[in-house]
Amino acid sequence: MNITVRYFANMRDRMGRAEDSVSLEGETVTVEELWRRVSPQQALPANVLIAVNMEYTDASRALKNGDEVAFFPPVTGG
Amino acid sequence: MKVIVQEGPFDPYQVTRDYEAQSLPVGKHGAVVTFVGTMRDFNDGHNVSAMFLEHYPGMTERHIEDVCQEAADKWDVIDALVLHRHGDISVSEPIVLVAVWSAHRAHAFDACRYIINYLKERAPFWKRESTAQGQRWVEHNTEDPGVNSQGTKQKSA
Repeated sequence: MNITVRYFANMRDRMGRAEDSVSLEGETVTVEELWRRVSPQQALPANVLIAVNMEYTDASRALKNGDEVAFFPPVTGG
Repeated sequence: MKVIVQEGPFDPYQVTRDYEAQSLPVGKHGAVVTFVGTMRDFNDGHNVSAMFLEHYPGMTERHIEDVCQEAADKWDVIDALVLHRHGDISVSEPIVLVAVWSAHRAHAFDACRYIINYLKERAPFWKRESTAQGQRWVEHNTEDPGVNSQGTKQKSA
């Protein structure tokens, strides 16, 4: 399956890029497994927020082909 | 209800008047409550000279719309308007406008507060401040203690 991964704010700084396109093999791939693929050296930061297709979710979420996954820090708008 | 996320300055009072003239039925509301968030020149003990506001296009609008709909489900809201900036922002400029029209003030006050508080909690925006020490991402918003019998904390004498 093909997944688009986006990083915002200090997560983009930390990753050194704004986006990844990832091809994954396997029947079931979770956000946690996707993170290990895009960031093999670093554990998922504890306070990071996760969105799949622009809805908040958590690292156990199973992904589908074509999903857009975003990793970002706590939000500070308003 | 309308949600706008835009780059560049705006006049929140003109926007409110224009929206009311164009979109509100005549004579039905008895209250309009507006919240305008503006940029301070200080935060977390540092002087702040400028700010950049990043957002997640699409997700941001969707989550503000959800918060407005939740407010309309909880209170008697005739209409609501939210305008939020992204991009470069200068000191004292408006960042966000929330305007709520209702027949009565209590519903307008409560719905307006609900919208700004949950917008700050859920809408994907991130502030990066410029200070004398360089640029830094803001890590958390200040909390609104909410309305209770004591009200908000009184300023010290």
